[in-house]
Amino acid sequence: MIVETGHFALALALAISLVQMVMPVWAARSGDPALRQVASQAALGAFACVLFAFAALTWAHVTSDFSVQNVVENSHTQKPLIYKFSGVWGNHEGSMLLWVLILTLFGACVAAAKNSVPPRLRANTLGVQGLITFVFVLFIITTSNPFSRVVPAPLEGNDLNPLLQDVGLAIHPPLLYIGYVGFSISFAFAVAALIDGRIDAVWARAVRPWTLAAWSFLTLGIAMGSYWAYYELGWGGWWFWDPVENASLMPWIAGTALLHSTVVMEKRDALKVWTVLLAILTFSLSLIGTFLVRSGVITSVHSFATDPTRGVFILAILILFIGGSLTLFAWRAPLLRQGGLFAPISREGSLVLNNLFLVAACATVLVGTLYPLLLEMLTGEKITVGPPFFNATFIPLAIPLLLIVPFGQALAWKRGDVLAASQRLFAALAVALVVGFAVLALTWGGPVMAPVGIGLGAYLLIGSALEIVSRARGYGASRTRNLDQIGRRAIGLPRSAWGTALAHAGVGVVVIGIAAQGWATEGLATLKPGQTLSTGPYTATLDRVAPRAGPNYEEAAAFLTIRTRAGDEAGRVETGKRFYPSRKMSVTESGLLTIGASQVYASLGEIGQDGGVGVRLYYKPLVLMIWLGAVVMALGGGLSLTDRRMRVGVPAKARARAMPNRAVPAE
Amino acid sequence: MTRKSRRLILIAACGSVLALAVGLILFAMSGSIVFFRSPTAIAQQGIAPGTRLRLGGLVKDGSLRRGPDQTVDFMVTDTNATVEVQYKGLLPDLFREGQGVVAEGMLEPGGRFRADTVLAKHDESYMPREVADALKAQGRWQEGGDKGGPKAGPKPVTASNGGTLGPRSER
Repeated sequence: MIVETGHFALALALAISLVQMVMPVWAARSGDPALRQVASQAALGAFACVLFAFAALTWAHVTSDFSVQNVVENSHTQKPLIYKFSGVWGNHEGSMLLWVLILTLFGACVAAAKNSVPPRLRANTLGVQGLITFVFVLFIITTSNPFSRVVPAPLEGNDLNPLLQDVGLAIHPPLLYIGYVGFSISFAFAVAALIDGRIDAVWARAVRPWTLAAWSFLTLGIAMGSYWAYYELGWGGWWFWDPVENASLMPWIAGTALLHSTVVMEKRDALKVWTVLLAILTFSLSLIGTFLVRSGVITSVHSFATDPTRGVFILAILILFIGGSLTLFAWRAPLLRQGGLFAPISREGSLVLNNLFLVAACATVLVGTLYPLLLEMLTGEKITVGPPFFNATFIPLAIPLLLIVPFGQALAWKRGDVLAASQRLFAALAVALVVGFAVLALTWGGPVMAPVGIGLGAYLLIGSALEIVSRARGYGASRTRNLDQIGRRAIGLPRSAWGTALAHAGVGVVVIGIAAQGWATEGLATLKPGQTLSTGPYTATLDRVAPRAGPNYEEAAAFLTIRTRAGDEAGRVETGKRFYPSRKMSVTESGLLTIGASQVYASLGEIGQDGGVGVRLYYKPLVLMIWLGAVVMALGGGLSLTDRRMRVGVPAKARARAMPNRAVPAE
Repeated sequence: MTRKSRRLILIAACGSVLALAVGLILFAMSGSIVFFRSPTAIAQQGIAPGTRLRLGGLVKDGSLRRGPDQTVDFMVTDTNATVEVQYKGLLPDLFREGQGVVAEGMLEPGGRFRADTVLAKHDESYMPREVADALKAQGRWQEGGDKGGPKAGPKPVTASNGGTLGPRSER
């Protein structure tokens, strides 16, 4: 019964989203502003319905209701409870439902954030949001219904893919989706502005918190996915330039560009048309990502059941939204009042340069991702565009971009002074060079790019710190050398300043982590108990190999002791091969030993008849900095969100009801 | 600075970054693309040793031999032709005789294929798409048996001796 009610709630959400879509248009036609209010209520209603549908599916999974096809295919009575929850979105249908749940959640948030968005803009935004909801709910109901029943119901389910039975599944997809789908709000705002033919700094201020929130979550989602792949796939790579990874990276890069161009628009009332275009492109890339991942064009852990009708449907959605919004852009963008051009040497000039490099980098990733697909479609030739391509295109574009990060911040708005900026950054440049050369000297004969990367990371870190310091010292007459006063001023700086500095420092941390992988080492050997294998500064001794049982798998585990070259014990790791009888599938479970920010990574190979086991051992210096840096970046985004200037109007019901038509733009 | 010169600078900046990106793409495209080949194609086309390529087919039954230090030898076949493959490293969990496999590496002068990456899929009924297509092209693979059921086709689980052992050390 609950399942049918969930199905019904989903159908109801379809109808409500239609209302949400139509009402703002009608309101504009009839000139009755009260009708606009309906869009807000519809957005809240659609969210409630989808939430109910999602809860119903979760219920079916948790109670192992094997009369539901989706549960049969992805669950098992012996599956641990946490995977019964996360298994709800560990399949195509459920993950699309999660997608729509987050979409309507954002719609509801926009509807609830009464004071931050002008009513007309809000209604139009919700209308566009309603269209997106309508199309995706239609997609779920017609091609990917999670609520379909099986008769007769089997006694046992097929279980979830063992690779997905991991905490990663509970965290990675929701974070990533909040990011992906969050950009739909920026998109809806952009389309609303185009429909209205009006765009100004208020628009930029209204859209920025949403972009920032989406970006922060996407950052976390990508980092989490990368770490999950790192420890789950058992061969120590943290980024594979896999099409599925690129699908999430592209909206992230475009979203980063959008974040920065919105700042220019808010402060200087310029780059309007470009910002609107970026908002459209960012969400389009999210949709392309969804298409690549969900349509089965690319086979990966993310492409669940492949069904051609789904691919065609998603392709149609893609054409509708990307084609439609770009057409609207071509038609309406000339109507938008253009902002002025500005001096090339200025904060806004450097942000334009930032946008140029980001968009170029995004384009190279897009080409590398889509080219093999197009070539195969056109000529039938199968090619692989792998890491060498992306390293040769992405890195040369990323390095100049990173170099201008602190530099742009040191320039003033309107008219900057290169010399003054260089002087301010002198300390950062000097320290970066010293660090780079010192590391190069210490690791002479090693990879050259690694010290360069470490120096670049140091430059970014110190550049961010200098930005805070120089802002705290003040400019002109109020400039001070009094440490007390600097400290007080630093604390008093707007949170967005701290957020920016933190996010940029996070980039520096990531760069250092990536660069240090140049010194990663690995070893491979067949070991019998008592034998050792060395890599980097560590030696692993195989203590024993023993079987052990898990809740729904059997495991052969190898126990290793890690020692330094001097012979001191650094720790123990266990790596195993797990066999899942329900799917007749075995999975290697890697063993990790964290030493500071570095890791020793062991993974188990074939177990021979003579008692020897294949062991691969990796030493990954400072590898944790890659993901910690991403967390720092997201924290910076979160900190900026709490800035007074940016705060999304918290729903203030009583007041709003008293003065329905006097929504005040947030300040 | 006049409006005109500002616009010129903007256009020049856009143009140069765009040109840089296009140049990088073209440069990288010429050097780093790997083609997929079936054993038959290798036998017929006379590919020069040392060219990086992806070899796909079925692991021939009874051909797997394990050498010292985790070296493995096996044959990849598409039933018309067979290529001998040597790989040093841990094979993916679902590497089996009689199952589909994709190996990346290069041909040695003797005709043996030295793989540095071996991909096999984590699913019993799985066949790498490239292999399935290549076999289909020869009429040796029928569709079916892969409809319905849980097709949570996972990411190719890769065993690689990239890192410091293989040529892909930039990872």
